[in-house]
Amino acid sequence: MKIAVCIKRVPDTEARVKVAGDGVSIDEAGVKFILNPYDEYALEEALQRKEQAGAGEVVVVTLGPEAAQETIRTALAMGADRGVLLKCDAIPADGLAVAKALAGELKDGGYDLVLFGKLAVDDANHAVGPMVAELLGLPCVTAVVKLELEGGTGTAERETEGGVEVVDFAQPAVLTCEKGLNTPRYPALKGIMAAKKKPIEAKPVAFEAGRYAVQSLSLPPDRKEGRIVGEGLGAVSELVRLLRTEAKVI
Amino acid sequence: MAPRFEGVDFYDIGSLLSEEERAVRQTVRDWIEERLLPVINDCYVEGHFPTELIPEMARLGFFGANLPEEYGCAGLNNVAYGLIMQELERGDSGVRSFASVQGGLVMYPIFQFGSAEQKTHWLPRLASGELIGCFGLTEPDYGSNPGGMITTAKETKDGWVLNGAKMWITNGSTADIAIVWAKTGAIDDPTSIRGFVVPTDAPGFTAKDQKGKLSLRASDTSELVLVDVKVGRDALLPKSGGVKSPLMCLTQARYGIAWGAVGAAMACYHEAVSYGKQRVMFNKPIASFQLQQARLAQMLTEITKGQLLCLQLGRLKDKGTMTPQQVSLAKRNNVDMACEVAREARRLLGANGILVEYSAMRHMANLESVYTYEGTHDMHTLILGEEITGISAFE
Repeated sequence: MKIAVCIKRVPDTEARVKVAGDGVSIDEAGVKFILNPYDEYALEEALQRKEQAGAGEVVVVTLGPEAAQETIRTALAMGADRGVLLKCDAIPADGLAVAKALAGELKDGGYDLVLFGKLAVDDANHAVGPMVAELLGLPCVTAVVKLELEGGTGTAERETEGGVEVVDFAQPAVLTCEKGLNTPRYPALKGIMAAKKKPIEAKPVAFEAGRYAVQSLSLPPDRKEGRIVGEGLGAVSELVRLLRTEAKVI
Repeated sequence: MAPRFEGVDFYDIGSLLSEEERAVRQTVRDWIEERLLPVINDCYVEGHFPTELIPEMARLGFFGANLPEEYGCAGLNNVAYGLIMQELERGDSGVRSFASVQGGLVMYPIFQFGSAEQKTHWLPRLASGELIGCFGLTEPDYGSNPGGMITTAKETKDGWVLNGAKMWITNGSTADIAIVWAKTGAIDDPTSIRGFVVPTDAPGFTAKDQKGKLSLRASDTSELVLVDVKVGRDALLPKSGGVKSPLMCLTQARYGIAWGAVGAAMACYHEAVSYGKQRVMFNKPIASFQLQQARLAQMLTEITKGQLLCLQLGRLKDKGTMTPQQVSLAKRNNVDMACEVAREARRLLGANGILVEYSAMRHMANLESVYTYEGTHDMHTLILGEEITGISAFE
């Protein structure tokens, strides 16, 4: 079982981001970067499949700057076998450009499965996984919460609004993974040491001129301060009235 | 509820760490946040160690992490090992104590003083958590003066017979094996002290929980009694000799404590900052008052100094030049510092600070044990006094 897991280096979800001077990117100074949390589900699934099969290879592929090597090493510390860095100065905003670069790397790899997180928490586009599937001509199942594989086929459950959809697919396939699929492991200390010895191949990538550009970035407005309507039983009817007429939540 | 802990690093000390050191810290930090913190308050109130977490701690490599890979350990450097202790104690001193004892006081002496057979037999089982160990040095009447111990080991034709009592033994009642220190010669001869690996199910060996602790409540502390406990020749750690051997183990554990104390202080500071910003009094957050700001400024200053002490101590240990006296300085300073930080954090939290749902008072109470064990604060003062003057105040 040979599985590719496409991962992304993203700002920590706890980080307080600031918009950079150019107005279209974030100021990276002092921001901690992590492995995209949804990609952890993808990686965990790949590692479990390999462990169950007792053989195989898990390859992590990422696109990004030199610093993304650290993200690859996190994945290697969790148990992936080797990494590929498609090196560029900055990740293009155009998901299709990213998808083309990834598809170029993946197409002759002989992978049984290509796994992604369902989205990257920085741009929340949900786009690259399905685009890669399209470019490779493979079936794609998004936001997978349960997966069963048998022979050359598979069954996946997707959480849809208010229900569950069960789909069958043929392998090879591209799957994007959702929270709930598994519980990602912590990189064990031995794994962290072992990761230093695992290979990372860095390849420069170039992109066609983008057809999609970020115009501006802004932070959400500060939340308004709360208000105390009154105290005790007497305040209840006023509170209910305001919840109906002002907040419009009931 | 304080936001997720992201470390305290006012001096960009993270930039002095390697990528692996930071990765190790992150694994332990996340594990503490997600696995220990949800259960620690109940453990503390009910007075038991979270035993269910031992297999995970072992799987992640927390036990004897600075020992070689050939024994199933992670083979980390000493700075990474220190960071593990820091993050564990950010959770709870009792949990750090558990790992300190297993690694620094049980696996280390077997590694350092054991035969090749003892190392291959015991170390992988201790690293994997299959076996839990404890360290029996302190006696009811011999704490700061371990050389005076009265536990004896008499050689017989096929092994040894041990008699004596040990007190304040962390993990004592959960342990499968005990490293017991005993005199093999005259009772007034500390050079005859040797170490033994004693299975706790040996006839004549009993461990009894010490009741009534108001500190380290999430840790087992026991009294060990050995009455004619017979062990084979292979129980003796062949390269141990004299009171220096157990003191070498204590240097390992004290090194980890110096780091651990910084973690406990960080937890308290983190909670105090978060609480101070949220808690409103006189229509403004209490963090806007100069008195609370002075508290926070003092905490951050002392934590930063403690971090730098540890890091340099760790680099010296990795270089092989660290002295026990340097460890005494760091243990003494950092635990004292953490005691003060915890107390000030508890005070900043006002009445809420006495509740278990906030961590300051738990850390504050724990740190009183840490202040006292592994060489009391006072003993470390005298060790430094001797180092400075060349005159021992206690011998």
